Order: sequence, then structure tokens, then C-alpha cells
Amino acid sequence: MSKILVIAEHDGAKLNQATARAVTCARQIPDAQVTIAVFAADPAAVAADAATLAGVDAVVTVAHSANETALAAVLAPQIVAVAAHYTHVLAASTAFGKDLLPRVAALLGVPQISDAMAVEGAYKFKRPTYAGNAIVTLEASPDRILVASVRGASFEPAARGGNAPISALSVTVELPTHTRYVSLSAAASSDRPDLASAAKVISGGRALGSKENFALIYSLASKMGAAVGASRAAVDAGYAPNELQVGQTGKIIAPQLYVAVGISGAIQHLTGIKDAKTIVAINKDAEAPIFEVSDFGLVADLFVVLPEIEKALAG
Amino acid sequence: MRKILVGIKRVVDYNVRVRVKPDGSGVALEGVKMSVNPFDEIALEEALRIKERGEASEVVAVSIGTEDAQQQLRTALAMGADRAILVKVSEAVDPLVASRVLVAIAQQENADLVILGKQAIDDDAAQTAPMVAALWGRPQATFASKITLEGSVATVIREVDAGLETIAVDLPAVFSADLRLNEPRYVKLPDIMKAKKKPLDIIEFSALGIAADVGLKTVFVEPPKPRSKGIVVKDVAELVDALQKKGLI
Repeated sequence: MSKILVIAEHDGAKLNQATARAVTCARQIPDAQVTIAVFAADPAAVAADAATLAGVDAVVTVAHSANETALAAVLAPQIVAVAAHYTHVLAASTAFGKDLLPRVAALLGVPQISDAMAVEGAYKFKRPTYAGNAIVTLEASPDRILVASVRGASFEPAARGGNAPISALSVTVELPTHTRYVSLSAAASSDRPDLASAAKVISGGRALGSKENFALIYSLASKMGAAVGASRAAVDAGYAPNELQVGQTGKIIAPQLYVAVGISGAIQHLTGIKDAKTIVAINKDAEAPIFEVSDFGLVADLFVVLPEIEKALAG
Repeated sequence: MRKILVGIKRVVDYNVRVRVKPDGSGVALEGVKMSVNPFDEIALEEALRIKERGEASEVVAVSIGTEDAQQQLRTALAMGADRAILVKVSEAVDPLVASRVLVAIAQQENADLVILGKQAIDDDAAQTAPMVAALWGRPQATFASKITLEGSVATVIREVDAGLETIAVDLPAVFSADLRLNEPRYVKLPDIMKAKKKPLDIIEFSALGIAADVGLKTVFVEPPKPRSKGIVVKDVAELVDALQKKGLI
């Protein structure tokens, strides 16, 4: 049997949807027993949330004041202590998971499979390399704990309706004090849908031309109830904050609808949206590579058609 | 004075569209343009700026690669690194192995800061910085977009999913460079000439006593499934109509 430990990502109150996607990956491992581990100052709310995910067999909690904020250096030794009872340790391949899991793997003395996108066997996974242009099948040794981060865009979130038992663990390991949380500044307003999990995403690129013009993207997104994304060029130019970047080095997303506005479609961007169900591209340049992957392409000046789309949606 | 170690990886250039070999053994690298991993350039630039501010005395560039990686180390020297070390391997190593090598060098060099790219654009693994920090028993500040040094503490702004997070870490520490940390300088011709005279030491990987096999094997490599090409609509009305029919708006 494969005993899978999935590390919960959360904000202290709710489980991040990326963890629900990692649970789906865990469930696909043959003969899996899935446990979610919640590390928090007070894990009760997150544990209760995690317990309702379908396919979760157990939720374990580790309460510690040092777990108030998620610091990889603090969490990793605790996870290592818990991992001894498991065959796999999984977490979402988010900024949280990317920061944390390699630290866990190194402490365990095992390699890591990053961005698992398909389960081929208990120790065999597919993952993207070269910005998604080469898909590698990797096989790890079954006699060691397997550590893998899960590419959220490749797995649907686990459904609700579960009722897993919750139990508290006491972990006695020395926690480092060499790393201290100071603050978090969230630039994007929180009343918009979350980019990573939104059903609809409108992204703007360099062609927007300025931060002021980027407001057109926010405006259309509001009308459509969509999250806002941006190409690297738009973020580098300061039109949009860093956490909105979509692509190889930003967020990998899989919304129902992705609308790329004024984005040419560099391979680094395309790798971030390839799993979107429907891609719409709006670009002045008919030769832009974005049209190679779009389901619906509109060759037009964005400054002309965005107001038209808004008007059409209003009517 | 502080000493900074920077990791330099030789990778397929950013602009190259790689092709998977028909036999599934890997990607075709013959005759392909190779460069310094872009994130490593950012890491090196940061190290150089720290030194230029008078907050470090030496910047050492380290690569783990074949003989050919000397080219990328020469680029690093031309950018301004004081000296370079190549740990010579015959084939690519797993990030865990690379991390063990970097820790060995960091200890040997008594480094105060190890600055690495947040990921390499070939394997996209994004593992090495946290692994080095873990094996070295030191703090990590990944996805850094601003590094401020004061005494034995570094304050780092990190690019995380929720926005920008600030943490403080005690030195020595490991940092990984994100895109917005800085914009790397261009190398000028006189610097390339000067770089030829800077020291570049070669260490055989086998001399470090680190195992190359970590039990992870590549079964095969395949191209991604192509996404079928859609249609071009003539105007907004047709687009809105199509999306409404699919129930998307």
C-alpha cells in the first residue's frame, strides 16, 4: 500500500485549492491511503476544511506557535519527523510547495520529482521540462520516501463530501530560529477571484502599453467575474504586479476560459496556459504564436475591441 | 568581509525551441546555442551589486558541468566574478547531487551568501536553493526580489503567490533569485579580455566523494501533446456568440 502524506497549504482558516488538486494526484497513485497534514498555530479550522475533501482517509494536525506563518526552514524538520510513517510526501507546486518540498527532500536525503503532471505508477510520474516542450517520465526507487510537488493545472480539485477523522500529532524536533517572518504585502485586491483557481482568467500583455491602460483588463475581468493575469513582459514593464504573472516562471493555470489580450504567446507563456479548456486570443498581429494554441482568435486592436466586448456583455 | 558564492548553470538558450529526440532518450542538444541560465545571471548580478556597494569582498562563480561549462564561467568572470570553479561531471546530475556539491564548495570557501537562480530553464526543477540550504543547515530566502544586508542579517522580499513576503534570515544563508531582483548588466568587450586572465579552477566531481546516483531514473522523454488549432473569428459579435454558445460567458 502507498501511504501518501499531502502537506496542506492554507491561510490559517481555509485550505488552498491547490492542495485539493494534490489530493487528486495522490488518489491516482495505486492502492493509496491519503493523509493531509496541517501545520498551523491553531490547525482546527483548516483541518475541518481538509477533512471534507473526498478521497482523504485521515487528517493529522501539528499545532505549534512557530507554524503561525509558513516558513520552509521551520516546517521542513517537522514534516521529516511525520514522513517516517509514509511512502510519499506530496504538496502543490505553488510558491509554498516549491520553497518547502526540496528542503524536505534534502533532509530526507532523497531526490524530488517537481511538477508531477501525470501518475504512471506508484513511483513513476510524468513532469514537464524545457517550459513544457519535453515531457519526462521519471521513476524513483520504491525503497525510499518519494517526494513530489504536484502541478495543479494537471489535476482537478478533489470533490467535497468526505468526512475524514482528524487527529493531533505531537512532534518534538528542534525548530530553527534563523529564519523569521516579517510581513506580507498583497498588491492585488482580494475581492477578485484567485488567479490560480479561477474558472475564467483575462490576461494582458505588453501591448497594453501602460499601467493605466491595464485598467482595461481589470474592467473586463470585473464584468466577466474573471481573475486577472499578465504576461512576463507586462509584469516586467510594471503594468501589473508580480503575483499575476502566468507562465513557466509564474503561475501555471487551467481555467475553463483564458483570454489573452495583447499577448504574443512566447513558449514560456504558453506553458502556463496549455491546460486551459478554451483559449481566446486577441492580438493585432495575425502571425502571433498565441493564435497557434487559441480556440478562438480575433485579429484586432485591443483598444478597439475591449470596449466592444464590454458593451456586448452589458447588453 | 563577506564572500558570495553564485551558481552558474549552462543551459539551452532561452530563445531555442528544443526538440525531443525521436527515440525518446532526451532532447536534441547538438549544435544548439547554450547560455548561462537567465536566473543565474540575475543571481550573479545581485552578488556583484552587493560587492560594489562594499558589502562583500569576493564573488566566486561555481558551475557543475562538462568542460564546455567553462564558457559560461568565462561569461560570469566577464560580468565581474572574481574567480570561478568548475566541478567537472560527465553528464547532468540531479539537483540533489548538485546541492551536495554546492554545499561542499560553500563550506570549503567559507561562503556567507550562496545566491542561486530560482530555477534552471532546462529541467525547471526549482530545487537546488532549498536543498543547498537544508544540507548546509542554513536559512533559505527563495524567489528573492530584494535583498538588504545589515550585519549578520539579510532582509529579503520574496515573490510569493499572495504578493510580496518579507523575511529576515541569519547569515550564512542561501538565496534564490527571481525575475525582478535586478536587470543583469551587459558584458563589454574589454571585460571579456580581462576575464581570460581570471582564475578558473577545475575540480573533478569524483574527488568530492559524492555519489552521482540518487535512484531517480529517466524512463523516456516525449514531446507534449499538441493543442489543436482553433478558428479565427471575424469580429467581437462572432466571438461573444461563440463563447455564449459554449456557456463560458
